Amino acid sequence: MADAWKSLTALGHDTARTVTVGPYRITERDDVALASVALRRGQDQAFAAAAAKAGVPLPPPLQSASGTPYGAFWVTPDMWFVTAPFASHEDIVAHLKPVFGAAASITEQTDAWVCFDLSGPALTAWMERLCNVDLAVVPDGYATRTMMDHLGVYLLKQGADAVRLFGPRSSAQSLLHALEVAAASLA
Amino acid sequence: MSQSHRIAGGQIDRSTTLRFSFDGASYAGHPGDTLASALLANGVRLMGRSFKYHRPRGPLSAGSEEPNALVHLRSGARQEPNTRATVAELFDGLTATSQNAWPSLRFDAMAINDRLSSFFTAGFYYKTFMWPAAFWEKVYEPIIRRAAGLGALTREDDPDSYDKAFAHCDLLVIGAGPAGLMAALTAGRAGVRVILADEDFRMGGRLNAEVLTIGGQAGGDWAAGVVAELASLPNVRLMARTTVVGAFDAGIYAAVERVSDHLPVPLPGKPRQTLWRIYSKRAIVAAGATERPIAFENNDRPGIMLAGALRAYANRWGVAVGDRVAIFTNNDDGLRSAADLTAKGVQVVAVIDSRTDGPLLPGIRHLRGAQVIDSTGRLGLSGITVRLATGQTETIACTALGVSGGWNPNINIHSHHRARPEWRADIAAFVPGQGGPAGLIAAGAAAGHLSTYGALAGGHVQALAVLESLGITATAGDLPKAEDAPLNLSPLWHVPHGKGRAWIDQQNDVTVKDVKLAQQENFTSVEHLKRYTTLGMATDQGKTGNVIGIAVMAELTGRAIPETGTTIYRPPYTPVAMGALAGRSRGKEFKPFRLTPSHKWASEQGAIFVEVGNWLRTQWVPKPGETTWRESVDREVLATRRSVGICDVTTLGKIDIQGTDAAAFLDKVYCNTFSTLAVGKCRYGLMLREDGMVFDDGTTARLAEHEYVMTTTTANAVTVFRHLEYCRQVLWPDMDVQIISTTEAWAQYSVAGPNARKLLEKVVDQDISDAAFPYMGAGSVTLGGLRGRLFRISFSGELAYEVAVPARYGDALMRRLMAAGAEFDAVVYGTEALGVMRIEKGHVAGGELNGQSSALNMGLGKMVSKKKDSIGMVLSQREGMTRADGYRLVGVKPADPKGVLQAGSHFLEVGAPVELASDGGWLTSKVYSPHLGCDIALGYLKAGDQKIGRRMRAVNFLTGTDTLVDIVSPHFFDPDGERFRG
Repeated sequence: MADAWKSLTALGHDTARTVTVGPYRITERDDVALASVALRRGQDQAFAAAAAKAGVPLPPPLQSASGTPYGAFWVTPDMWFVTAPFASHEDIVAHLKPVFGAAASITEQTDAWVCFDLSGPALTAWMERLCNVDLAVVPDGYATRTMMDHLGVYLLKQGADAVRLFGPRSSAQSLLHALEVAAASLA
Repeated sequence: MSQSHRIAGGQIDRSTTLRFSFDGASYAGHPGDTLASALLANGVRLMGRSFKYHRPRGPLSAGSEEPNALVHLRSGARQEPNTRATVAELFDGLTATSQNAWPSLRFDAMAINDRLSSFFTAGFYYKTFMWPAAFWEKVYEPIIRRAAGLGALTREDDPDSYDKAFAHCDLLVIGAGPAGLMAALTAGRAGVRVILADEDFRMGGRLNAEVLTIGGQAGGDWAAGVVAELASLPNVRLMARTTVVGAFDAGIYAAVERVSDHLPVPLPGKPRQTLWRIYSKRAIVAAGATERPIAFENNDRPGIMLAGALRAYANRWGVAVGDRVAIFTNNDDGLRSAADLTAKGVQVVAVIDSRTDGPLLPGIRHLRGAQVIDSTGRLGLSGITVRLATGQTETIACTALGVSGGWNPNINIHSHHRARPEWRADIAAFVPGQGGPAGLIAAGAAAGHLSTYGALAGGHVQALAVLESLGITATAGDLPKAEDAPLNLSPLWHVPHGKGRAWIDQQNDVTVKDVKLAQQENFTSVEHLKRYTTLGMATDQGKTGNVIGIAVMAELTGRAIPETGTTIYRPPYTPVAMGALAGRSRGKEFKPFRLTPSHKWASEQGAIFVEVGNWLRTQWVPKPGETTWRESVDREVLATRRSVGICDVTTLGKIDIQGTDAAAFLDKVYCNTFSTLAVGKCRYGLMLREDGMVFDDGTTARLAEHEYVMTTTTANAVTVFRHLEYCRQVLWPDMDVQIISTTEAWAQYSVAGPNARKLLEKVVDQDISDAAFPYMGAGSVTLGGLRGRLFRISFSGELAYEVAVPARYGDALMRRLMAAGAEFDAVVYGTEALGVMRIEKGHVAGGELNGQSSALNMGLGKMVSKKKDSIGMVLSQREGMTRADGYRLVGVKPADPKGVLQAGSHFLEVGAPVELASDGGWLTSKVYSPHLGCDIALGYLKAGDQKIGRRMRAVNFLTGTDTLVDIVSPHFFDPDGERFRG
């Protein structure tokens, strides 16, 4: 879309970067398209059928599911955030609207969030300095909304040493700073 | 002096010598020492001056209950006041200074207070310093505060960082003495997640201070073995140097971990302290017990300490506090100190046992049925006077006296939820009562089991109970052998003798006399006793003094101790640095920033930013040669009205509202109608609270039959969203409405001015002529192929649009708009110019949307539709809300064009007296209008709509101004709206 338009990442760079603090890595992801998909009242069957047909997963509360091209995580009753590769699905709403028709309310959310992939050893020790998620206990695929330094974020556990965060885009630098400081206290 | 009082043994590393200084003198100590133990090892008993009387004081205890040995630790910006020397871990290069003494600790001029003590009795400040009242705050209080006090702040920024963290467990064990270790071991072996937190740097509690054995092992060695096993269990987390300071709701505990306090400076990146929030399913408080003294005349001299502390210094730290030691006890535990010190080769000159039948230790002189009645020694103990059972007195030379009046279980955490403790006569102490924090149980000495075996058994049994409650079956194990002796205490709270002062609460200089005075003056309730005498206040919360004070009051009133009652402990258990409570939220990082997508571009232009909520918005953009902000703002306003200006409006709240009931939903939340809005159009909306006052305003566009996008003010973006969620989920759960915030998803810019369309035609792919995209048009467009949104709305009163693209392209759009606008001399304008233009147009904003104003007040009364029900509609029609003489929005101009208006000024009729009864309203917002060449303002004026054209006064007491003003229409500029329809 619109090659002539130069984009900036949420952190204000031309391209997404990785910040390393000791063994901890914070990678900004600007290649994830995101949309909220909410069930309209009384459309349960049509909604589920449309999602199944298009391969849009609808995980239960506190869970995420991955897939190609669509992944998803539960955010609130009858609402999911659906992900897809930005390169192929930049206008993700245009892809999803034909799938769900009148069964869903769909809103572009891609640029409302900054997405960070976190990796490193002892992620639990890192995350417990930032949020009230018992990372050691929750299973892979866990997804929740939590607070980090006054910021509401979605946290997805993607493995023993991998976490994905979606934080408010306008506060990307503040969130990064909190992640760095917490990592530095461990590194 | 080089550790003249050091004796053999102890848990210190003698292979390493640490240098430190106290009040400028250098000393040596070892790893494992506390500042107090190291000073005592060097023969220093005098460590501070008391709060009120400036009495010389040394440590009373060897732990966190310490009332006396408070010092300034470290120097410069890192200096920390009121640090207890008894728990400050020694490190190489440590510097400490005494506090509350001048010019020196040994000669303190304020010790004159001690001579004047009869003037400083309990409640003295309620009786003196009464007249004149004007002196209370400005004269008396500063004098009192200077004379009586503890440590001083440096007034420098703390250079260290602090952290906050969360931890989760099945069982939190508070305290790592025998009970806590046993509880953690029992639960840890059963596989549940355990956190064991202890305030000491070495786990083991009293076991480190005693020579008692467990299962044939030295107690300290047994503790070390258990700690090693716990450390090997992956489900157990050991947190030493961590004080659990408070119990909160639902099994949540606050704990302060002193990560770096034992180091000269924190390691790079490491916090000094971390405040933990521990989420537990169950908790066991095994915080042990605190010994209490016995009050007698002059019982506060350096060298007089708790008997258990005296032997702790000998056993754990290899320190003999004095060369001639006496013990004064009313129980068997006090005798342990005599036995241990004798075994260490320290001369015990006498055991003064207030009981007549206390056991006898071989080779030690026992004075049974005797009491210590006085002491001597100006800066440290040199002797005591004993009243023997015969009634005769004897003086005994000694340099240390250990006093034991019994042990108080540490019930603090247990009473944080106001649980009243229960009295146990056999140990003459309060134990945890019913109604403590849910899920919390006490074990060991904290529960009143004062023997070592009692502690081990208590920890084990309570852990088994916890496991059972968690659905885990574990069988009772064999407990190791340990002493199980009773205390055999015969209560003695104070020694009745003479007229001198006998200290109860050493930190607050509360004496037996003070309690008597309180009783005489009828302050007999414990709560009154506390406030009147200050018993139990300040940093130690009366850990050593409270129970004695209550007991003395009970004696005086003839009531039993449990009838007399007890005050309730509150968090924190021990003092917490403000830094730990702030955590990472300090300075620039106090709260997160919100930056708009073109923030980088604006920074490049040299924009001046203003914080609006957490957002940084462009306030104005100075150009070379502009020396005042007004020059920049005037230029931005004039250029916009002359040609075109661009303003970043990304920060306005945007809420996507969809669903088949979206239109009906909007009709309910807005007082005006949105269901009739055509697709592709937008409308100004006014949102009321239930009470009929205006809540927020903004424009909402209908993008499709069942799809709207609402804008809110920047300040109310979150509260409006929360309100809509409440309406959707709670008020009308049957409506088919889905909402989500899209504030951050879109970068949005206002393009305003006569050339706005010409500029946008170069950027937008579609036809945006007046015919194709009329006033209040809204919809999707493309910009060079990029998806975007366009709204034809105007806040400035000009022909204006708002154009939005996905946030990542915001920077590029801003640059593209500026490039396209170059031929029109486009300017960027900030919030100040925005403010000027909206007041020129009479639009309400922050100053008018004050939460106390109705639509009618704002001149928008006709917007409240009576044809439908909406939030606030009914109550907006209340009699008081619709009165004709109520406030109405008016415009204000100075009568003299050079006159200066001040926001906040009050309107008065010319000639009316300047008093409240004449108040006609107030001036809400003012700016300088470069078009009109004078100040202009908006204001709320009573019956203002009937006073247009009237001359009034605008009086402001804060700025001392009194200006003649003319009341005019709030529409100063283009009142017919010809420009924005253009």
